[in-house]
Amino acid sequence: MRELTYLEAVREALAQKMRQDKKVLLLGEDIGQYGGAFGVTKGLLAEFGEERVRDTPISELGITGVAVGAALTGMRPVVDIQFSDFLTLALDQIVNQAAKIRYMYGGRGSVPLVVRTPSGSGTGAAAQHSQSLEAWLTHIPGLKVIQPSSAYDAKGLLISAIEDPNPVIFYEHKLLYKKKAEVPIIPYTIPLGKAAIKREGSDITIVATGIMVERSLEAAQILEKEQVSVEIIDPRTLVPLDEQSILDSVTKTGRLLVVHEAVKRSGYGAEIASIVAEKAFDNLKAPIKRLGGHPVPIPNNKTLESAAVPQVEDIVFEIKELIRR
Amino acid sequence: MQSNAGARNFIELYKQMIRIRYFEKEVERNMKKGLFHGTTHLCIGQEATAVGVCAMLLEGDKITSTHRGHGHSIAMGADINKMMAEIFGKETGYCKGKGGSMHISDVEAGNLGSNGIVGGSIPIAVGSALTAQLEGKDEVTVCFFGDGATNEGSFHEALNLASIWKLPVVFVCENNEYGMSSPITKMTNINDLSIRAEAYGFPGVTIDGNNLLDVLEEAEKAVQRARNREGPTLIEAKTYRFSGHSKSDKQLYRSAEEVEEWRKKDPIMRLERFLIQTGEIVEKDMFRIKQEIQKDVENATNFALESKEPSMEELFTDVYA
Repeated sequence: MRELTYLEAVREALAQKMRQDKKVLLLGEDIGQYGGAFGVTKGLLAEFGEERVRDTPISELGITGVAVGAALTGMRPVVDIQFSDFLTLALDQIVNQAAKIRYMYGGRGSVPLVVRTPSGSGTGAAAQHSQSLEAWLTHIPGLKVIQPSSAYDAKGLLISAIEDPNPVIFYEHKLLYKKKAEVPIIPYTIPLGKAAIKREGSDITIVATGIMVERSLEAAQILEKEQVSVEIIDPRTLVPLDEQSILDSVTKTGRLLVVHEAVKRSGYGAEIASIVAEKAFDNLKAPIKRLGGHPVPIPNNKTLESAAVPQVEDIVFEIKELIRR
Repeated sequence: MQSNAGARNFIELYKQMIRIRYFEKEVERNMKKGLFHGTTHLCIGQEATAVGVCAMLLEGDKITSTHRGHGHSIAMGADINKMMAEIFGKETGYCKGKGGSMHISDVEAGNLGSNGIVGGSIPIAVGSALTAQLEGKDEVTVCFFGDGATNEGSFHEALNLASIWKLPVVFVCENNEYGMSSPITKMTNINDLSIRAEAYGFPGVTIDGNNLLDVLEEAEKAVQRARNREGPTLIEAKTYRFSGHSKSDKQLYRSAEEVEEWRKKDPIMRLERFLIQTGEIVEKDMFRIKQEIQKDVENATNFALESKEPSMEELFTDVYA
C-alpha cells in the first residue's frame, strides 16, 4: 500500500473532508500560501480558496471564538493553532464556551468544532513552544481529546473528529510529522474511544501516548532479545477513553507502565493508573509505574531537552524494573 | 430584500419595553422571596436598547447576549413562561433548568445565548456572521455587550476580525456606566467607547440609549449596512441600570442622587411622553397594557412554580451531542 507521512495524512484528511462537505472550513495563522507553520495545509489554498482556507490575524482567542460561533450556526470549522502552547490564549472559548454551550442550553445547539494543534518537545524550540498540556483539556467535560501517534491513525481520527458533533481537540506531534506509514487513499474513520494495540505481548502492558508510542515500540524491540514480551496500548483518544482495552491487557499481563511526554505530575497517566488500580488491582503482579516529563519547563539545549522527557532507555529501564517483581 | 415594516409599530415596541420591565420586576420580587436558586442580573432601565435594536431584525437574524440578557431574549420574542421556568431551574425552561438566568438561549429562534463570561460572546457573534457570509445569506448578527467588555481582549480581536472580513455584524455596547462596581470612566481614558471602532476601520456611533427613537434610527442604519454587506458598526448606547449588578450588590459605589438623576431619563417614561404627545396612545390604553402584562408576568411565575424539577438523568444528558 501507498505510504504517507503523518503530516500528509493530516492534510489528506482535511482535503477529503473539504471536498465532501462544503461546511468544512479552516481558520488559522499562516495556513494559506505559507501552508501553516509545519506545512500541513500546503496546497489547500489553491484548491479551496481563501474563503475556506482562511488566514487569520494573530488572535487565538478571537479565531477560536469565531469558530465556536460558526459551528453553533451550522459550519464545521477546523482551527489551526500553530503551537499547542498558544491554546492557553484561546482557553475561554474552548473551556467556557465550546465545551459548555450544549449543556448550558439544555441540548439545544451543538458546537462541531475541531482545534488542531502540534504539541511536544524535541525541536529545540524551548519552553513556550514545546509543551504537552493535553491533560488540562481532558479535565473539561464536553470536550473530546485526541492524540494520534501514526499517519494511519491521524487520518482516520481527524476525519472522525470533523464529523463529530462536539468540540474536539486534536493534538498532533511535531516529531511525528515526517514519520511514514501505510495510509489508504480512500477516506476512512477511526471511532473516537477505541484504543489500538500497537504490539501484542504477555509480560507487561505499556499504555503510551503520542511520541511515546514510537519510543515504547523501540524499547519493546530491544527487550524482545531478552525474552521480555511487551504489549503496547495506544488509547489514541484520551476522551473518550477505551478503558476496556487497557483493563483487558493488564488483566492478561499483570503489569502496567504508563508513558507520556507531558509532565508526570497531574499528567493523564495518573488517570490511567487510577482506573487500573480501581478496576484491575487484583490482577496486578507489581505496582503500577508512570513515566512522564520532569516538572521543568522544556529547555533549549539538546541534551537537557531530551533529558526532560522519557527516552527509549528510560522505558527499557522501567520495564526491566517491573519485570523483576 | 425583505423590509421590516413592523419596526416602528410604537405600540408593539412599547409593549415589549413594558414586558421587559415588568418581567424583571417580577424576577426581582421572586428573588427577594427566595423562590429560586442562584443569582440574576436585571436590566431595568436598559429596555430601549434591546427593544430598539431587535426591532430592526428579521427572521434568520441572530443575536448574542450577556449575563444581563433577559431583555434581549424578550426583545427577540422569547416566551416569558419558559424564561421564568429557566430562572427557576425547571424542566420546562429554555435550557431544561440547566442554564438558569445567565444562559437563556434559543438557538433555533436566533438567540445564540446569553453568556456568563464578559466579552465571551463577541467572537461567537462574529462567527455567526461568518456563517451568513459563507452561505451567501443576508442575515445579520447583533452582538450585545456591556461597557466592561470593551476592555477584554476578545472585544478587540473580534472587532478586528469582523472588520477585515467585512462581516454582517452590529456590535451594540450597552454602556450602563458600571462594570459591576467599577465606573467605566475610571477604567478607560476615553469619553465615548464608540471611538474604538475607528481603530479597527469601521464606523462607531454613540447614542442616547434611553431614547428609543435614537436607538431605532442608529440600529436601522447599522443593520442595513450589515445587510448590504458593507461591514460592521459599533453602536455605543449610553444607558443606566436602575437595579444593582446582581443579587449581592449593596450599591455602595453610587449615590441615591445619581440614580435619581437617571430616573428622570427613564426610557419607558420618555417613550410614554412621546406616545401621548403624538397621540399614538391615550393614558387609558397605557394602563390597560400594563395591567395585561402584569398578569402575564405573574402567570409566568405560576408556570415556573408549577413546573416540574428536571429529572436526575438530566444531570448527565447534553454533555455531548
